[in-house]
Amino acid sequence: MAASGDINADSEKFLRGKYAIVGVGETAYVRGSGRTTRSMGTEAVRKAIEDAGLKPSDVDGMLSYSYNDSTFSPTIAGDLGIRPNFYMDVYGGGSSTEALIGIAMGVIEAGMCRTVVIFRAMNGFSEIRIGGTGGRGAVAPVGGDGLFTRSYGLSSAGQMFCQSFMRHMYDYGTTPEQVAMVKVIHSEHASSNPKAFYKKRMTVEDVINSRMIVKPLHLLDCCVETDNGTAIVITRIDRARDCRHAPAVIQSVVGRCCKPRPDMHYQAGPISTVAGHYAKDILWPNAGLGPEDVDVTGSYDAFTFTTMLQLEDYGFCKKGDGGVYVSDGTMRLGGRRPNNTSGGHLCEGYTHGVNMVIENVRQLRHDIDDSCPMGANGKRQHSYDYREGGCRQVKKVEVTANLGWAMPGTGSAMVMAQDNR
Amino acid sequence: MTVRGEYLGMPLVINDLQHEYREFFGYCAKHDLHLQNCDDCKLFRYPPTTACPFCASPKATWKPVEGKGTLYSYGEVHHAIQPVFRQYSPYMLLLVELDTQKGKPGEYDGLRFTGNLAKPDGDLAPPELVRSVGIGTRLRIVYKDAGDGISMPLWTIDETATQPAKPWRYAIE
Repeated sequence: MAASGDINADSEKFLRGKYAIVGVGETAYVRGSGRTTRSMGTEAVRKAIEDAGLKPSDVDGMLSYSYNDSTFSPTIAGDLGIRPNFYMDVYGGGSSTEALIGIAMGVIEAGMCRTVVIFRAMNGFSEIRIGGTGGRGAVAPVGGDGLFTRSYGLSSAGQMFCQSFMRHMYDYGTTPEQVAMVKVIHSEHASSNPKAFYKKRMTVEDVINSRMIVKPLHLLDCCVETDNGTAIVITRIDRARDCRHAPAVIQSVVGRCCKPRPDMHYQAGPISTVAGHYAKDILWPNAGLGPEDVDVTGSYDAFTFTTMLQLEDYGFCKKGDGGVYVSDGTMRLGGRRPNNTSGGHLCEGYTHGVNMVIENVRQLRHDIDDSCPMGANGKRQHSYDYREGGCRQVKKVEVTANLGWAMPGTGSAMVMAQDNR
Repeated sequence: MTVRGEYLGMPLVINDLQHEYREFFGYCAKHDLHLQNCDDCKLFRYPPTTACPFCASPKATWKPVEGKGTLYSYGEVHHAIQPVFRQYSPYMLLLVELDTQKGKPGEYDGLRFTGNLAKPDGDLAPPELVRSVGIGTRLRIVYKDAGDGISMPLWTIDETATQPAKPWRYAIE
């Protein structure tokens, strides 16, 4: 096992508790949006700013990420009358969310702007599918790095990650049934999420009997591809306290932390260990908290396996016990530490990570948008009845963790907490 | 000069700036496995790089390496994404750990090749052959010629090696 703890992330001036997420916004999660990423990005950003109780003119920083499949910040800014003092649009997918949150904190701290909105808008089903199905990429000439991958039919995310997933089963005896429980539990959560694209509860048998895509991934081990825009607003804690909702206070972020050989991570072993093994040594010391302090997790579920590998390597269980952790009820609503209470990428929709942050912000506000009745105070009166079509608010949520996945060798993470001034 | 080839109907191209890739596939075209060996720390690396991943030295010499190893992990594609691979499904995505430099520089490190399972002639393996291979299977390199200056390295069962009684395979066939 590679040595851990060789990074001292306890710089003198880390920003624990000094920044917060104050606004969240999203479009519907659909297949066939019938509109542009510009339109969806604009809607998500507008909603996030409104949710914060701010006006577009209060926002002067913008960040976005894409695979050249989206609309850049200046266009969205123009549509909403935002005049950015700072913007940047970066290339990237999964795990960009937490990384950009860290960048947003940095640029505000540097005095470059005051309040930043981060968005991701994608027609991930109807225009550009990340898996590559039907895209021009699937038939383009093979050159460069592709000579070591695409020439072997190794191109989609599932095809690039499957060796790590398979090796985890070999190294630790993880079973297909254990991993299938990730989909089962996330589908239970989605059944109480009116926004979720897939609301039907699934069983282990449903997962195991769904058709094989690339061993060890069945169809239902893979996330749903959808069209959607998502956005979050970040500002300094003093300004955050003037916003509409209680701030979700950022305790710690890690951005795109890598294993050795991020160019070809298979070279650095063991491959059943992922980037979280390194990221945890930044995340927890900077947060001043550990996994045992976390009430709700958002572990990126591009695949059932990615949720498991990350929870394990961030230390929510002993190395190798991920299969047990994801299947013993711990991460189910009503369990010790629910994961992806929205249904996540497997069920709610695919956003490259933003929706999992949105969900945890709402958990911390104690304001999850389930089907519980509205009270006189404008907030839902949560029943904590987690049966289908019911509640998905966790009763006690003080600390959340988001674990973002780019690939086995690269990941990001964030710890948020309720404001405890 | 740009190297062009064709493999399974896919156009392959190595442009004239990609010296490291041209060298690697040029040796493959001679059915010869060579990797860059660092002049300073003496470690091999894969795939080709412009400096040493272990000591950052820019100086390396191409040296012969034995094309034998053990299957370290795999995936098995049943739903192909690239149209050309549909006719070959299911096909194996191999991660082959070479005997050379196994366990170096770190205990769990190695030279791990991506590739496909093939018959000894380099044609992609039929389903019955795919089902016989798992983690632990001993493999040797084979090549499929793809044009002037480029052949694709692939892997086949090493008939001369002692094979595990039952290589490890995913629980559900």
